[in-house]
Amino acid sequence: MSDVVIETRQITKTYASGSNSVHALREIDLTVRRGEFIAVMGTSGSGKSTLMNVLGCLDTPTSGSYLLDGVQVELLDRNELAAIRNQKIGFVFQGFNLLARTSAVENVQLPLLYDRSGRKRDTHALAIAALVSVGLGERVEHEPSELSGGQQQRVAIARALVTEPAIILADEPTGNLDTRTSIEVMALFQTLNDQGITIVLVTHEHDIALYAKRIVEMRDGSIRRDELVKDRRNAAADLEQEERSAA
Amino acid sequence: MKIRTLVRLALQAIRKNKMRATLTMLGIIIGVAAVIVMVAIGSGARARIAAQINNLGTNMIVITPGSSNTAGVSQGAQAFPTLSIADVDKIRAEAQYVTGVSPVVVSRSQVVAAQANWRTTINGVDTDYQTIRDWQTDDGVFFGDDDVRAQHTVAVIGHTVAQRLFGTNEPVGQDILIAQASFKVVGVLTPKGQTAAGTDSDDVIFVPYTTAATRLNGKNRIPQIVASAGSQQDIPAAQDEIRGLVRESHRLTTNDEDDFTVRNQTDLATAAESSTQVMTMLLAAIASISLLVGGIGIMNIMLVSVTERTREIGIRLAIGARGSDVLTQFLVESIVMGLLGGAIGLALGVAGAKVLGHFTGWETVISPIVMLIAIGFSGAVGVFFGYYPARKAAALNPIQALRYE
Repeated sequence: MSDVVIETRQITKTYASGSNSVHALREIDLTVRRGEFIAVMGTSGSGKSTLMNVLGCLDTPTSGSYLLDGVQVELLDRNELAAIRNQKIGFVFQGFNLLARTSAVENVQLPLLYDRSGRKRDTHALAIAALVSVGLGERVEHEPSELSGGQQQRVAIARALVTEPAIILADEPTGNLDTRTSIEVMALFQTLNDQGITIVLVTHEHDIALYAKRIVEMRDGSIRRDELVKDRRNAAADLEQEERSAA
Repeated sequence: MKIRTLVRLALQAIRKNKMRATLTMLGIIIGVAAVIVMVAIGSGARARIAAQINNLGTNMIVITPGSSNTAGVSQGAQAFPTLSIADVDKIRAEAQYVTGVSPVVVSRSQVVAAQANWRTTINGVDTDYQTIRDWQTDDGVFFGDDDVRAQHTVAVIGHTVAQRLFGTNEPVGQDILIAQASFKVVGVLTPKGQTAAGTDSDDVIFVPYTTAATRLNGKNRIPQIVASAGSQQDIPAAQDEIRGLVRESHRLTTNDEDDFTVRNQTDLATAAESSTQVMTMLLAAIASISLLVGGIGIMNIMLVSVTERTREIGIRLAIGARGSDVLTQFLVESIVMGLLGGAIGLALGVAGAKVLGHFTGWETVISPIVMLIAIGFSGAVGVFFGYYPARKAAALNPIQALRYE
């Protein structure tokens, strides 16, 4: 299998808004290789959310082709898109988007329950393992309301990981978190990336983007800048330093 | 998703909104309970009437003088519009579909026994009467053909009469005075209870009609003849046959109207039964309306629930649920709500019917089929009224659903 996870060719997305149409995406060419950690940056209205929705198979492009882990996505129907989202993509949202009054382990189990591949798996054990891998082994029975924001986001990351997806798409994952918790979450992402997991995250904070390996900057629906991060930051080291200065 | 998971999810969702779910289910609960109680009472009434039909006798046909379907001004002036023993004899001799026939000569009289006296109805009948009415004796025997032929002064008394005249004493073998004539009691009849009209079937004395004619009324006129057909199917044929024979016996020409009436006793009972059936249907219809209202309540709450849980639906769709998964989830939820309401309603209905039966003395019959139908119907209400909200949920766009606040 090739090491290309995502390959888009001339993707456009146009919304009809009254008489004039809005070009949310203009001929995007983007290639994501296995093991990459990309931060998509841009102001609001730059098209980064639309790009995220298209990459996440939540939305289909108006034109252009999109190859995700060997699957030609623009040819798929609603149900096939659901299956792709289930098996190839792990979502992490800004607002965590966990089911309320549902335990952490049940939240993490959820994508496995919608798996239609017919594999017989111990979904509960897999969910526990995913929670352990994000450091929440002690909190499996807690409901979201009993967890801090950082812990909730880690449950969401565990939910994204549990299906062993080709890529993790994180939409402003630190948007609702304070600085320290944000760095903790980025440390987790870096650890996961070190283990070989491909991550694309959308953020408008430059500080957060510096934890990624590559930055794609968008403006007015086009990619304006696409370059590797020169002085990449290490979240774990930042945390240590902060602790030292606090002490 | 497995059905067990879906049901667990549905129960969880219902538990999260206990008060709301209970109020929603109340419509179904009341509807099902009402259906159960109404049908129980209706079936009880039908069972009672069926018992009364059996009480009337097996396949009984009644012949009475006079015509019920003519104006009858000139008929009334005719010489003998009444029935006679000749008619009875002709039916007995010639009818093929008739298995038994007996005149009934009715009179009321004071009856005196050693310790007590009682005014009751004295019926002069033939021995066939016992089989026509299917009336057993508790004690002693019914009188026989010899008694009829020889005009013996023997009497078979009803259960009520036995109690009134003899209390706890043994009536058989005792003498009683009927209109100054002494009769020997040879049998006591099995109690039949109330008639459809509400009178006491057991407040009666039977004597041979021959004896009644000579000792009690001294007339040869017969106010009624009863006969029985071989089977239920034979009743119409037997009625036609009897009509022909009695017309012959009365020497009526083809232009003459009948001067008697042949009735099938079960007609009355059937009419009564069908009227209770109509009542039952009516009550069930009213109850069904409350089920319908309950269903609308479920639909309303499911629509609210879909709106409230838009974000949850968005999450599920984003992580790979298909539209059909979401549809099934919400449909199962409304079905579970319907079934739960149905089960509670069933329990309340059964209890209600029992309590009502206990306090009013009405018979109530609850058949398992009615229970199954009630449960099935409440499940169907869940499907029917849950489908639209569920489809609405399934059709949501995941991006918009995720953004929903």
